[in-house]
Amino acid sequence: MSLLDYFRTSKASSASLAKERLQILVAHERSSRNQPSYLPQLQKELLEVIRKYINVEQDAISVNFEQNDTQETLELNIVLPEHQTKTS
Amino acid sequence: MARIIVVTSGKGGVGKTTTSAAIAMGLAKKGHKTAVIDFDVGLRNLDLIMGCERRVVYDFVNVINGEATLNQALIRDKNCNLLYILPASQTRDKDALSQEGVGKILDELKKDFKYIVCDSPAGIEKGAHLAMYFADDAFIVTNPEVSSVRDSDRMLGILSSKSRRAEQNEEPIREYLLLSRYSPDRVKLGEMLSVDDVQEILSLHLLGVIPESKSVLNASNSGTPVILDEKSDAGQAYADIVARYLGEDKPHRFIDEKKGLFGKFFGSK
Repeated sequence: MSLLDYFRTSKASSASLAKERLQILVAHERSSRNQPSYLPQLQKELLEVIRKYINVEQDAISVNFEQNDTQETLELNIVLPEHQTKTS
Repeated sequence: MARIIVVTSGKGGVGKTTTSAAIAMGLAKKGHKTAVIDFDVGLRNLDLIMGCERRVVYDFVNVINGEATLNQALIRDKNCNLLYILPASQTRDKDALSQEGVGKILDELKKDFKYIVCDSPAGIEKGAHLAMYFADDAFIVTNPEVSSVRDSDRMLGILSSKSRRAEQNEEPIREYLLLSRYSPDRVKLGEMLSVDDVQEILSLHLLGVIPESKSVLNASNSGTPVILDEKSDAGQAYADIVARYLGEDKPHRFIDEKKGLFGKFFGSK
């Protein structure tokens, strides 16, 4: 190890980078782990129905499943395009 | 009451078989009749690590298929007469193990043994699933490295949802972290995740840290579980782990670097 390396250690270490990446990844994977397995299919089908009437983007829909001790909540969020479609 | 321990990790090459061999030997050395089972059908290796590869006549799959009795297939360890090894089959048939068959064998072993150590294959396929399915305790072997930590977390998810205990709403499997191939020097330099980092991410009870050690390769070269190398750091680390698992209060070792400048010149093996 060269003397120069000693001065470089003030930079973020690779270990802290690893920790940060893992924390984000693991949190994300854990939250999706508890979701019911039908969720991706539900999201896909909902999107298909909505697109029959409104021209929304593929990623305009988000489905969130939350669970606490007493209840389960399914939250559906659809972002409509700025100019509403005139098909009615 | 017999207890079934699964040694698992998700990722390969982190030290599952080394750990299975060491802790099975450790438990037996402490006076508990122990069986260690290789679940890696098609790629058996526990027999090599235990040094009994030339004594394998019948295997796990032979017993499941009724081609041999359990007693015929179990190999008594040459170093400890309370330890028995059930080798995996070398068959390429993926479906050689069945849940029913494995359950039956474990039930039979439970009558006679205090501890049954299940050496899981890598991955999350059938062999790994069956190795953990009937477990009471899980030893999660993890290296301080991103892919290993991620895979361990994935295994934790599987243990808590796909195991027999989970399916039957029983008390969950007790999970323990074994952090292997640890280099305190590299942690100090910020090049490696620390014990605290890994524990924080996985939120697991730490059973012990096994330092990166030359003695592990030496042990596998000669086919003697590393725990029998009582002078080595890895051997001592495994002995501590067994003692802690059995309820002894042992302070953690091998977490801080052991050598100063003096030690670097007169380093240990």
